Amino acid sequence: MTTQSGTTEVSGEPSRGEAREGIDEIHILWISEGMSCDGDTVSLTAADQPSIEDVVLGLIPGLPKVNLVNKVLSPSLGGEDFLAPYRAAARGELGPFILVIEGSIPNQNIIDGDGYWTSFGNDPETGEPQTLNHWIDELAPRAWAVVAAGTCATYGGIHAMAGNPTGCMGLADYLGWEFTSQAGLPVVNVPGCPIQPENFMETLIWVLQHAAGTAPPPPLDHMLRPQWLFGKTVHEGCDRGSYYEQADFGLDYNSPKCLVKTGCWGPVVNCNVPKRGWMAGIGGCPNVGGICIGCTMPGFPDAFMPFMDEPPGGTLSSMVIKPYGAVIRRLRGLTNDMVNHEPKWRHNKRKLTSGFDPRWRS
Amino acid sequence: MTTTDARSTGRKPAQIVDMSWDPITRIIGNLGIYTKIDFANREVVECHSTSSLFRGYSVFMKGKDPRDAGFITSRICGICGDNHTTCSNYAQQMAYGVKPPKLAEHITNLGEAAEYMFDHTIFQDNLVFVDFCEAMVKATNPGVLARAERTDAPRGDIHGYRTIADIMKAFNPFEGEVYKEALKVSRVTREMFCLMEGRHVHPSTLYPGGVGTMPQPNTFTDYLSRLMRVIDFVKKAVAMNDDVFDFFYEALPGYEEVGKRRILLGCWGAWQNPDVVDYRYENMNRWGKAMYVTPGIVVDGKLVTNNLIDINLGLRVMLGSSFYEDWVNEDPFVTHDPLGNPVDMRHPWNQTTVPVPQKRDFDGNYSWVMSPRWYHPESGQHLALDTGGGPLARLWSTALSGLVDTPYVKATGNSVRISLPKGESLPETTLEWHIPKWSNTIERDRARPYFVAYAAAMALQFLEEAMGMLRDGDTKVFENFEVPDDAIGCGFHEAVRGVLSHHLVIRDKKIANYHPYPPTPWNASPRDIYGTPGPYEDAVQGQPIFEENGPDDFKGVDIMRTVRSFDPCLPCGVHMYMGKGKTLSTVHSPTYGANHG
Ligand code: SF4
Ligand code: SF4
Repeated sequence: MTTQSGTTEVSGEPSRGEAREGIDEIHILWISEGMSCDGDTVSLTAADQPSIEDVVLGLIPGLPKVNLVNKVLSPSLGGEDFLAPYRAAARGELGPFILVIEGSIPNQNIIDGDGYWTSFGNDPETGEPQTLNHWIDELAPRAWAVVAAGTCATYGGIHAMAGNPTGCMGLADYLGWEFTSQAGLPVVNVPGCPIQPENFMETLIWVLQHAAGTAPPPPLDHMLRPQWLFGKTVHEGCDRGSYYEQADFGLDYNSPKCLVKTGCWGPVVNCNVPKRGWMAGIGGCPNVGGICIGCTMPGFPDAFMPFMDEPPGGTLSSMVIKPYGAVIRRLRGLTNDMVNHEPKWRHNKRKLTSGFDPRWRS
Repeated sequence: MTTTDARSTGRKPAQIVDMSWDPITRIIGNLGIYTKIDFANREVVECHSTSSLFRGYSVFMKGKDPRDAGFITSRICGICGDNHTTCSNYAQQMAYGVKPPKLAEHITNLGEAAEYMFDHTIFQDNLVFVDFCEAMVKATNPGVLARAERTDAPRGDIHGYRTIADIMKAFNPFEGEVYKEALKVSRVTREMFCLMEGRHVHPSTLYPGGVGTMPQPNTFTDYLSRLMRVIDFVKKAVAMNDDVFDFFYEALPGYEEVGKRRILLGCWGAWQNPDVVDYRYENMNRWGKAMYVTPGIVVDGKLVTNNLIDINLGLRVMLGSSFYEDWVNEDPFVTHDPLGNPVDMRHPWNQTTVPVPQKRDFDGNYSWVMSPRWYHPESGQHLALDTGGGPLARLWSTALSGLVDTPYVKATGNSVRISLPKGESLPETTLEWHIPKWSNTIERDRARPYFVAYAAAMALQFLEEAMGMLRDGDTKVFENFEVPDDAIGCGFHEAVRGVLSHHLVIRDKKIANYHPYPPTPWNASPRDIYGTPGPYEDAVQGQPIFEENGPDDFKGVDIMRTVRSFDPCLPCGVHMYMGKGKTLSTVHSPTYGANHG
């Protein structure tokens, strides 16, 4: 099911799974208490193909009935009222559910004592905050599927950058890359800072159709991303590509030409945004005038900073652009490989290795 | 109502119940509200607000390339990331000494206008208004709903609903007409945003020195046609909100006390005037006053200052109940501002953030949020300013200053007049927001749809000016710059829910210190070193309870309305956290209640 990502072709239709009983009703338990900005939930509400209301109101054929539990959209007043389904799920008393995690997972192991980096509700017995880690430990093993929404949850993202004090990491780093859910699926990663609205809805729909028994499992690449969404590079979908081909580069941001010299990482980043637009085909990054900063990538942000400088190798590939061919593809493959790896400080060990120094000034 | 009766006939022995809501729903971020409620006298006697999330932007920005600051700080907030990018670019432009081309300012202003329209709409109609919708009012004040069914909506000719209850029904989550329409409008306004800034939430085309957005005629006509498609929705929203809020005052006498606090409002100004702004600190008073929302600090209804230099120098970041080490004995980064004024050790330029995770203790440290305050030279007090959820302070400060005078928006000294053109079904309309009697829950909420109208009106002006420039062939949108070895900068802006500042110190071309102060740390702050509660705490503490349910099935809707009226958005608390709600224990403590009598 996994293939090497990068500029490789998206594989053809995956083989059909065994015929199985479908699920009629499923809960989506969404937790946004990771280290995040909640931008993925907000982004989700921008999707229109389909929209979240369409899914919740049962307007999409072939899906189970969906009960969405999300703090931002919840009509409940909050507190225990809102937490009830999470508590039921932790006790094993809630029907099949998809656990969606938003935000990176802090390393609680580096804290001595009773402190916490982030919590979600309180322990009903003691009144003490319950950490995000507690909830993941309780819910992930019981979940029918586990989905990581956004780059923070998939690979750590901004909050896991060098020098961070929380030692946070992506969900697969936390659960282990070999983790499988009740349905036998690995963590389904939908990166993006934030998620491109339709990319997320589409992945969710595929997972829901799989639950209903009407689709095989979604095809994922080696970083557990949906292949059909992340199999190509930004560059391959960019409408400034013909300028690149003619070695015609913008030298500052006033230009409609290729942005590689002003910081665009498009050639080696897996993302479909310039092709797809941001919402309803509108917006995007290099196509509108924004450099690609690699926000969907495991190496984001450190591997791409400083953002406003030409990427290393950019000059080389832009100079030898004319004898374009196998050599470039290979070089680019190497860089793509590099940015498709996470920094090694993203782990759940007892030591903080992100480079944070509380007395950094001395 | 029982509440008013109880108050007028003297106090009963207190019956205090601990109640908490953690996490609070329909907000962004982790917020917890912990209260003690006196059910005998139907009022809240104590409130603590807490946030349980720490992320550490001001920590991991250190040592990074300053040009990356806007891209990184965008990620502080998943709903107003662009406000952060914009504010960061303002601060960087001061530090680099660069002034973006005029057209870039128009494009940024148009992006910000679309953001205000989007964010206030989705927040008010899909999150806040759920607390006033039919389903919620039925569950908390059935008597009020019955009355709403009998009450004709005075502005029905504008919005088309016959009774107040019909409006409330239209706001029922996922099913009501207005709820669904608001989600659609929030998409159209986000498309407008994406035309200017590439992506929503985290924009892709904003840079220090300008924007990368390709200005073409269709960039602006695509925006204009969408704006005109939603303009009638905006007029209707103002009318519907006015109807429901006026009805609440009438149906529940005394409701003005809900969420009321002393008038202590701060606004840092929004939308630069491209003809005046040069980003030089020395001229900040001049270009600050030229902004299209006027900055200002309003205390007890009076304008204390609208000078951004005074505002800047008065900022103080206090500890007292937060999980951090104090930095007061560190070396200051900035001892004097560029005009030679001394800069306090508690000013954001001099702050050092060292997190110390620890047990939550409501008698000690209980939040990851710090306590920003504004030092008021006249009284010597550290004021716990609030933002009124954003629009209340913006409209109040702009109205009092009387400086904004444009074809579509005019400040009169005690009101703000907003003109919107003819739309699909409604004629040209002039709306007028008047300074209210109170800074309370309902007025915070009421100001919001008016500000959506304000943003729509300003967008029309920016569009006209941008189109004019384009037709004159002036399409430059970016100005080059050098990052200096050493510099300082500050940016002042309005995030959707209120004041936003970024303070930056550069040494050896790297970030030596960076502190963003968004609205929620102001509003959600815990008690500071002097014991002064933060605005949520202060607004909830002492407020009456109108909900008809008793302690056993109490929902806390009046408290939640107050908290949500501030448009809480905790990812920006750091920086912050919160959230949950049920009776924890019943404490009969008459002396406690007596103290708060
Ligand atoms: S702008 Fe970026 S993505 Fe587009 S062609 Fe140039 S390098 Fe490739
Ligand atoms: S093009 Fe680059 S910056 Fe834009 S969304 Fe894709 S990965 Fe992120």
